[in-house]
Amino acid sequence: MTGTWHLFRFALRRDRVVLPLWTILLGLFPGLVASSFAGLYPDPAELQKFAASMSNPSLTAVYGPIWAPNLGGLTAWRSSIVLLIVALATAFTVIRHTRAEEEQGRRELLGATVVGREAGLAAAMLVALLAAVVVGGLTAVGTAAAGAGGAGALALGLQYFLACLLFGAIAAVIAQITQGARTARWIAGAVLIGSLLLRMVGDAGGDLNSPLSWVSPIGFLQRLRPFADERWWVAAVVLLVVVLLSALAYRLNAVRDLDAGLIASRPGPARAPRTLLSPLGLAWRLQRATLFGWLIGYAVLGLFLGSATDAAVDAVKDSPDLADAIARIGGGASIGDMVIATGMAIIGIGAAGQGVQAALRARSEESALRVEPVLAASVGRLRWAGGHLLFAFFGPALGLLVAGLFLGIGYGAGSGEGAGAIGRVVGAGAGQIPAVWFTVAIVVLLFGLLPRLTGLGWAVLAFFLLLGQLGAILQLGQWALDLSPFTHLPALPGGEVTATPLVWLVALAALLTAAGLAGFRRRDIASGG
Amino acid sequence: MENVISVNGLVKSFGRTRALDGLDLEVRRGEVHGFLGPNGAGKSTAIRVLLGLLRADSGTTTLFGGDPWRDAVSLHRRLAYVPGDVTLWPNLTGGEVIDLLGRLRGGLDTTRRDELIERFELDPRKKGRTYSKGNRQKVALVAALASDAELLVLDEPTSGLDPLMESVFQACINDERGAGRTVLLSSHILAEAEALCDRVSIIRAGRTVETGTLAELRHLTRTAIHAELAASPNGLGSLPGVHDLVVEGERVRFQVDNAELDTVLRALTTVGVRGLTSQPPTLEELFLRHYQKAEEEVVR
Repeated sequence: MTGTWHLFRFALRRDRVVLPLWTILLGLFPGLVASSFAGLYPDPAELQKFAASMSNPSLTAVYGPIWAPNLGGLTAWRSSIVLLIVALATAFTVIRHTRAEEEQGRRELLGATVVGREAGLAAAMLVALLAAVVVGGLTAVGTAAAGAGGAGALALGLQYFLACLLFGAIAAVIAQITQGARTARWIAGAVLIGSLLLRMVGDAGGDLNSPLSWVSPIGFLQRLRPFADERWWVAAVVLLVVVLLSALAYRLNAVRDLDAGLIASRPGPARAPRTLLSPLGLAWRLQRATLFGWLIGYAVLGLFLGSATDAAVDAVKDSPDLADAIARIGGGASIGDMVIATGMAIIGIGAAGQGVQAALRARSEESALRVEPVLAASVGRLRWAGGHLLFAFFGPALGLLVAGLFLGIGYGAGSGEGAGAIGRVVGAGAGQIPAVWFTVAIVVLLFGLLPRLTGLGWAVLAFFLLLGQLGAILQLGQWALDLSPFTHLPALPGGEVTATPLVWLVALAALLTAAGLAGFRRRDIASGG
Repeated sequence: MENVISVNGLVKSFGRTRALDGLDLEVRRGEVHGFLGPNGAGKSTAIRVLLGLLRADSGTTTLFGGDPWRDAVSLHRRLAYVPGDVTLWPNLTGGEVIDLLGRLRGGLDTTRRDELIERFELDPRKKGRTYSKGNRQKVALVAALASDAELLVLDEPTSGLDPLMESVFQACINDERGAGRTVLLSSHILAEAEALCDRVSIIRAGRTVETGTLAELRHLTRTAIHAELAASPNGLGSLPGVHDLVVEGERVRFQVDNAELDTVLRALTTVGVRGLTSQPPTLEELFLRHYQKAEEEVVR
């Protein structure tokens, strides 16, 4: 463990901008949501009425159940999307300070100095702990300050704290198993999405003790029930799991070689297949695994969400009161359409994430100096960039169609609507494409004009996500909501489609992309450092 | 003789740092041209400008008579490049990278490829992330040497190679010279440049300080002489061009400007020479002289 403290301070120095930024901003969110609710519904009776109108299967599937129809309970429920983001952010932070360091050879440099072999992992876990304390602390203090105090605020803070620690520990284990940081991040994301899916299906049926929700790490954490007879033993169990996972990570770290994962690298072909021998072939080779991963994710998500929709429809059928409430807020759309539209909006953000990731691959190829030999061969810059952008624009488009197809199959099979459902749901998926393209185009623009800031693409996406999820609750003006391209999409299926905003989004995306590519043609290629 | 590369007054800045400050460089067809300077002198930056990866701030650069920025794609068909810092795709094998880069350049000679892989003792089936630095270097070298490009641009190509492979590399470059290819070889290893280069350019702080054949450069400098004379010499130190003279009885050691070599040797033979060794100046000395000069300037 020698050197842990130095490495910890070194990690903080490296993260001195990013770490405070996300921990503080996201930690403040639940408090903001609480004060916003308090402003909107000063009377507890009104809050109760609002809670009742929100207790429908589609929203329960997306955010989880409302445990208590009061200020604290609603805050905990509505902020649950932030819980996912802090969990993912902590997981990525741990990977960044463990496997990514090792992959870049920096750990070797440090490992040769007076630094114990566990020090890197220990320092990364300390960073995760610090992030968890900041996020959890701000959450508890913020919600209490907004008027939802007491044990509930403490439990909510604890929930956020544990979400960070749990996914930090999961990431620590993954980082020991995989050989590349990219794969590690990918698996960590899949674990998070998987646990969200389990919880969605579990909660959609209306049974709040569904085993699916209990098995899901996210569902389990939500069953701490802040503000509603807190189950403190849930926190104790999570803490125990965190300790066990950390111990496992240390054990794996102790038995393996530097740079090695548990999966050893095998020799490959001595000759390149014909399909590799072009810039597009190279981009395909580099992007295909990620693309297939996403497509499988979409298919699974679609099937799950489809069956969740069925469960929701059934739950409404059994309860005339609920059907009434749905009819009032839904404005005529069927409950099935509402669940699908809500789910599709989230899949749309995910698809934008896929696009941002694929576009950033171009930048990471450049920073790793791997683009240099390609451009020094007889390859034009546009031809090279085009290979990656093809995946950035058409990968998510394909993904949305796949998601729509499987959602339609899952839903159509259960609802008896059959093939007609598939067409409508695929259409709903396609409806997300303009906003996804717009988001990707912003990354292309950054890549061309401000290449060092290309990574901000993720921040832009997070901004759109938070605007869409929490903008209305925070009572932001329409102009602010309009900043996100996703605001301009029609609610599909069931909603009305007007072409104008879609055409605008696609045209702006084309313009930004053209500007970015023009910038890329004129600028210097990164030469290290 | 036609110039393959000609660079005139090239300037390139990154923010406030001036990486190239009026660089001149001429590489003639068919020669192996050494591009020498210590780390950070601007060699790699100049090469990246020549490859159209960086845009020059001012000055003229021509490559095969074309503009390396504007005509990058067509010019690159005629050259092959080995970067100073070879990074490979972690999941591609060395063989795949060699084929890929060859193909992107417009084709590669598979017989030569296999021959070179053998010669460099490279295992082409290993994945990029498992190669050592020297082996990554070999992958890039094989990819470049197996092409039929007219110009090879090699940026410190032997860093990380062991002495055996270094000699294989030297043999390969001599073959290339025989085949009439032009080579721009950036290096800070002077022995390598001495062994391979027809002409060299020495750069310091982004500027060319010396250029010419080794013979020409040597002419500008001094030869070290150790002599055993028949008697103790008189007045040797007062001759023009004699430096660092040490007299130990009948033995003398000194350095002499090559321009005065003739006069000084005559003076020695009048005393009577019993034994004589003379050492031509190495590139090392050339180099050190330039850099010492620079330091003196700084001190002043």
